[in-house]
This record gives sequence, structure tokens and C-alpha cells, in this order.
Amino acid sequence: MDTAKAVANSDEASLNQEAIKVEDLHKSFGQLEVLKGVSLTACKGDVVAIIGGSGSGKSTMLRCINFLETPSSGKITIGGELVEMHADGSPSNRRQIERIRTRLAMVFQQFNLWTHRSLLENVIEVPVHVLKVPKSQAIVRAHELLERVGLGDKADTYPAYLSGGQQQRAAIARALAVDPSVMLFDEPTSALDPELVGEVLTVIRDLAAEGRTMLLVTHEMKFAREVANHVVYLYEGRIEEQGPPAEVFGNPKSDRLKQFLSSVA
Amino acid sequence: MTGLLDSLGLAQSAELLSLSPPGWGRNLLRGLSHSLQIAFGAYALGLVIGLFGAYGKLYGGKVTRDLLAIYTTVIRAVPELVLILILYYVGSDIINKISAAMGGGRVEINGVAAGIWVLGIVQGAYATEILRGAIQAVPLGQIEAAKSYGMPAIMTMRRVTIPAMMSFAVPGLANLWLIATKDTALLAVVGFNELTLETRQAASSTRAYFTFFLAAGFLYLMVTLFSGVIFARIEKWARRGQPSLTGAGR
Repeated sequence: MDTAKAVANSDEASLNQEAIKVEDLHKSFGQLEVLKGVSLTACKGDVVAIIGGSGSGKSTMLRCINFLETPSSGKITIGGELVEMHADGSPSNRRQIERIRTRLAMVFQQFNLWTHRSLLENVIEVPVHVLKVPKSQAIVRAHELLERVGLGDKADTYPAYLSGGQQQRAAIARALAVDPSVMLFDEPTSALDPELVGEVLTVIRDLAAEGRTMLLVTHEMKFAREVANHVVYLYEGRIEEQGPPAEVFGNPKSDRLKQFLSSVA
Repeated sequence: MTGLLDSLGLAQSAELLSLSPPGWGRNLLRGLSHSLQIAFGAYALGLVIGLFGAYGKLYGGKVTRDLLAIYTTVIRAVPELVLILILYYVGSDIINKISAAMGGGRVEINGVAAGIWVLGIVQGAYATEILRGAIQAVPLGQIEAAKSYGMPAIMTMRRVTIPAMMSFAVPGLANLWLIATKDTALLAVVGFNELTLETRQAASSTRAYFTFFLAAGFLYLMVTLFSGVIFARIEKWARRGQPSLTGAGR
């Protein structure tokens, strides 16, 4: 399948609705080429699930979108704004990339909450210090968000005293606090004990239902099938197959995807 | 009280240590005050050098890293006493040469300022290594999270890296402070009247060596104990949010 093929609904009307557009993205770590030309478009309201085996480049792709990894080449457009890049792929306009990052909220596999700050402090940190929202306003909003993810009574608790599921829900509250245009989930449930996965997926499911734009790297196939409206299967740094979940999961065309799905089922 | 001191044969010592003449107590306290001023100043200077040094070693270019490697290696390799003699005499020599070149006369070197510079440069080398290790111990994910939310580098350092590294740095920095208080005694060799030199003068004038050096030792001990209390508080603050190991430490 053509790796440069963009997601289906890229007609004229939706062009300005493109939340994220990745074109021919390459990424190498030394000799190892992890991404070999990936293109992907997510429109406003899309929930794109990115699946693939370990080492397929799915996390790397996600991390290239907000330049936590420096792409080797390619073009990345966020909300219609092309990210300015040096020849080596690093962002050339520091202010631009910092501004763009505030619109992309990332939820990490290892939560990455700031351990020396309480949950409330974690949630207000970026709004107050980066986005310059008045502190009192940020605190009110943070309480609402913590309430929403079921941690209303844990605002003054430090992350280390919480379970992984609670920490990940707090990390989602932190992401929501910046009012992001796109949320990037990097294997949000992979570090969790099985019995804690459900509570995090419930929160993500609610966010999908309210029409948030999300890119979701996940190993939870059932969940991907349920919440995503577009599924991308990566194999060795290329998009092997993509389409609506019913197609990708129900009627996989490539042998590699068939094999992958049977191995994780 | 007087009776008790008499019966223990300490009346003479008490008189020697009293704050008003002929007692030497005031001299000792003045020495202590000088020692603490130098220790504070040198420690603060050392922390500033250390923070820049640590960041330079971690994120600087090749030249910066090489220069810092030379700095920390040389300073930590040479005995403090030798460094103090070198830095003090070389430093005052340079200042005088500059003054002469600009047509000025001999410059009187301020003892406290000189002590702060000399010990601060020594402290900076150790602080560089302590802070470098502490910064490296901060989980990368926390710095990455800050970056991914659009925090500029300086804000990340101020809001995330430095607070997160504090719990790793405080024990080492507490040691460094105690070393700073005691290294001030080395400045006696360049004739600076800190506690040790004041003590020696009092002792040799009165021949009561035991009394005075015991008294000086007591003052150093008090400084250490008081510092211990302060650093315990700082450590508790720095470790906020981290569950303590049950039974280990207080």
C-alpha cells in the first residue's frame, strides 16, 4: 500500500479542518531507520488509533509530531501551521514550536507527572506558567478537571502516593488543563496493572465521545476498534494498512496485519 | 554557679573566656562571625558556580565541557591549603599589578572578600559535581513532560529540573556546607582573623591552649549541630511528595 496516501477525508472543505498533517516523515537513530516515510492526516474530531508491533515506529511517530524526537526529514503541519524546520529536522523557530506544543497535550506511558508537586499543582503548572492564566482561575478549572477524572478528593496528594491508574488519570487532567486542540496518547495503559487499565480507558472514551481530536498509540485492540474512527497499522516504519476500524480489524487485507491481529488477539 | 566552677577548678577558664576584658570571649566570637561570613559567602558563590558548572558539563559544547573538566579536576586534586595559598597570593598579586598598571597604589585586600573568592572557587568545583549528579538523577520523563507542554528551557530548569533534583542534591550540599565552615580555618595561614587564628592568638597570649582550643571546638560543634537542624528541614522540604523508607532516617 502507498505509504504517502493521506487519510480518506481530505477534500477541499475539510482542508482547514486538518488538525495534524504529517507528510513523508523519516526518522533514523544512527544507522537504524525507524520511520521510512509516513504520511498521516487527522482532522478535527478524528480519533486516530495507531497500532503495530514493538519497534514498528508508532511511538516515535507520535513523538516526532511535537518534536520530542527530531525528525530526520518530512513536513509536519499543526492546525494549518507548518512547523519550521532546519535541514537536520530540528525546529528552527523556538517560539513557534513552544507555542505549537501548548496546543498538543501529550499523555505518556509512564505518566511523567512532576513528583515534587501535588496533583493540583501539576494540573495548574502549564496554564499558570506557560499560558499565563490567572492562578485563581486555573485552580478552579483544575478542581473541575480532577473531579471529572474521578480524583476530586486527591488534589493535594503527591503523585507517588497514587496508583498508576490514578496517576494516569491525573496526567489526563493535566493535558486537558491546557485546552489542547489535539491530544497525543503514547501507550497510556501499557504501564498499568490489568485491573487499572479500565479506569483510564473510561476517561479516554469519554473524551473521544465529546469530539476531541486524538492520536492514540495503543496495544488495546478492542478499545481502538471501539473509540477510533480511523486506524493506522505501522509495520517496520511504514504504514502497512489504514482505514476505518471495521475494515482494518474486520477485514484486514495485508498478511502482516492479519498475522499481527491474530498474535495480539 | 561560681562555687561550682571553683570546685571544678574552672574559675580561671571562665574568666579567660568571658566576653569583657581580660577575657578573650569577644575575640573568639568575632572570629566565629568572620568564619561564618566567609562560609556563607563562599557557599553561595560555590552554588552559583556549581549550577552553571553542572549545566555546562551536561549541556555545554565541547570547549565548555573540557574547561569545566579541567576546573573540577584540578581544584579537587590539589589540597585546599595549597589552593588557598596559590589563589590568595596570586590573586592579590594580580590585583596589585592591575592597580599599578592603572597608576594606582598598593591595594589592601579585604580579608573577607578574599576568603569568599578563594573558598568559593574551591566549593564551586565540588558543587558542580554534586549538582551534575543530581540533575542526571531527575527522571528524564519529567523534563520531557515540561518540554512537551511548551515550557521554555529556562522555565523548565527553574520549575522542574531544579526542584526535582533538590532531594538528590541536599545531602551532598549539606556536607559541602560543613566543609565550608571548617575550611575557613585554613585561611588562618594567610593571616585572616577567623575563629582559628583568633583562638591561636588568645591561646598563645595566655598560655591557656587547652581552654581556648576546646572552646573553639565547641563553637565549631555548635555550628555543625545548628546546621544539621536547618538541613534536616531543607531536606524534608526537598523530599516533599516522596514516600520515606519506613524506619530509615528521620
